[in-house]
Amino acid sequence: MKLHEHQAKEILKRYGLPVPEGKVAFSVQEAILGAEELGEFPLVVKAQVHCGGRGKAGGVKLVKSYEELQEAVEGMLGKVLRTFQCPDGKPVSRVWIEKATNIEKEYYLSITLDRAVSRPILMASAEGGMEIEEVAKEKPEAIHMLHIDPSLGLMPSQARKVAFRLGLPVNEFVKIALALYRAYIDLDASLVEINPFVLTKEGSLVLLDAKVELDDNALLRHRDLEELEDLSQLDPLEVEAKRYNLNYIKLDGNIGCMVNGAGLAMTTMDIIKLAGGNPANFLDVGGGANVEQIANAFRILMADPNVKAVFINIFGGILRCDRLAQGLIEAAKMVEIRVPVVVRMEGTNVEEGRKLLAESGLNFVNAVDMWDGAKKAVELAS
Amino acid sequence: MSILVNKDTKVVVQGITGKEGSFHATQCKAYGTQVVAGVTPGKAGQGVDGIPVFNTVEDAVKETGANCSLIFVPPAFAGDAVVEALDAGIELVVCITEGIPVKDMMMVKDYMRKNYPKAKLIGPNCPGVITPDEAKVGIMPGHIFRKGSIGIVSRSGTLTYEASYQLTQYGLGQSTAVGIGGDPVHGLSHKDVIALFNEDPETEAILMIGEIGGTAEEEAAQFIKEKVKKPVFAYIAGITAPPGRRMGHAGAIISGGKGTAQAKMEALRDASVYVIENPAFIGKTIAEALGKL
Repeated sequence: MKLHEHQAKEILKRYGLPVPEGKVAFSVQEAILGAEELGEFPLVVKAQVHCGGRGKAGGVKLVKSYEELQEAVEGMLGKVLRTFQCPDGKPVSRVWIEKATNIEKEYYLSITLDRAVSRPILMASAEGGMEIEEVAKEKPEAIHMLHIDPSLGLMPSQARKVAFRLGLPVNEFVKIALALYRAYIDLDASLVEINPFVLTKEGSLVLLDAKVELDDNALLRHRDLEELEDLSQLDPLEVEAKRYNLNYIKLDGNIGCMVNGAGLAMTTMDIIKLAGGNPANFLDVGGGANVEQIANAFRILMADPNVKAVFINIFGGILRCDRLAQGLIEAAKMVEIRVPVVVRMEGTNVEEGRKLLAESGLNFVNAVDMWDGAKKAVELAS
Repeated sequence: MSILVNKDTKVVVQGITGKEGSFHATQCKAYGTQVVAGVTPGKAGQGVDGIPVFNTVEDAVKETGANCSLIFVPPAFAGDAVVEALDAGIELVVCITEGIPVKDMMMVKDYMRKNYPKAKLIGPNCPGVITPDEAKVGIMPGHIFRKGSIGIVSRSGTLTYEASYQLTQYGLGQSTAVGIGGDPVHGLSHKDVIALFNEDPETEAILMIGEIGGTAEEEAAQFIKEKVKKPVFAYIAGITAPPGRRMGHAGAIISGGKGTAQAKMEALRDASVYVIENPAFIGKTIAEALGKL
């Protein structure tokens, strides 16, 4: 789960981390009130969206008066911000207004899990700013990487080395790195990324931006954080799918897919592509889906207007084929089936499943294997 | 032979009185696995399908000689369950539980590395491991598998079933099939399992099923290049998976251009691995290559 910048900053501030003083606003009035409380210009107005590259897309503006503030906020709220990272854009329903910082130099600082060694890794670089991925590709030696022993935590001597290498105020950096690691662990974060992390003209360090992503599996012990989720940043069908514990990601093709298991779901997308088509989504109904989940999954698939054919690829393990068939029959009562549906089933109770579908009167196309199913779905969609 | 589990493996099921635990303990037993004990704290003395229940793994090991644990404990307590199994001297822990907080597994793995370097963990969030006709320690449907000489290692459950089913259709059975799970922090890696297959006389060829993300397949490729003489086949899922569903920039920085399906396939081809592009033809391709068609 992603947090907004303002949420991340408000939380990180509680760990003693230096973030610019700011206010969140959902309306122009709130923005003006916020500016009054902050008490001075210039201020920076930042659109709050789950998407990088805001600066270049007009989502970050420096304002020097109430007029400029009003103009900037009006230009953002209620609009869709499109950036190179999110070409489809994200709706802006809130802005963050903060005191402007005098930037001397921009750095990069993050903590995440290094999956290769199952340990947290702190990464810092003097090549801060927007194109950190480019730095990683072209000048990997410019990024300092530090693995952290989970039982020991981040030690001051380790953080100090990074500070010396980067030429940053040592004591201040150590304090920040340790606090950031404490936040990463406490919050069950999967990522805390400060980009840019800046040295000000006054010589102190400031977290100018903050990206925090939380481990969804750990939300069960962070109910307070779970409430911060802004569903407007997600695709409505994805939100709907989440309610039924379905793993759905919308894509831009026209063949709806319904599969059990993430690996087989990705494979199904691949094989549709191999057969010359384009998947409309990734949908994993999980290993133990019940009739209700299957029915809702089918309804969500059908709700995507781009879908011209559906390919259901199920390998029955725990999820038995007869249960899948019952779910499909239930779904057919709930939603109008307006496009051809290809079904490929194999595995546990496949005979019972096929029989149920054959006797249901539903006009589904049977496939003998994955390749046959993909080819039929592609043909029917075109 | 085979790897990890066989007819002599004695299994203790942690969380045996729960819905999933009792169902699968019964299924594993019906397959012929020696399920010798179950554990649910506070429920010692009960039984599930004739399997005695103990309060602690330590008690279960003492009374029954269990040497392998199969975990169905809910996510919030599953990390602790792995530690309990390790502390009781269990050599192979198979953790099925899905949704364990990543930090918990990170701490558990660290503890394991430091205190039980020889113990093996499979999972979490995995289907488990099966040696056909000998032992099923997991949730896979046993009837899909057939005894044979292909070793399978995969992150994904249903994709393992799919591949095994295809192999079986061409008369090719499996020595052992291992689902290592897809969580960010997990036990045995592709490379670890391939190393075991490499030493197993019963395994004639290896099928590795990978997915995009991380660098485990690349590491396996490096190992294969250096050490493995047996034929290795690979399929990588996710060529068309959408980019951007990853963690900010940080994931990309660590992997430094690795992690894409293309990069993985290249690394594998470079290690003389036979890369299968169409997942519908996994069975056919292997049968042809091994001259068994």
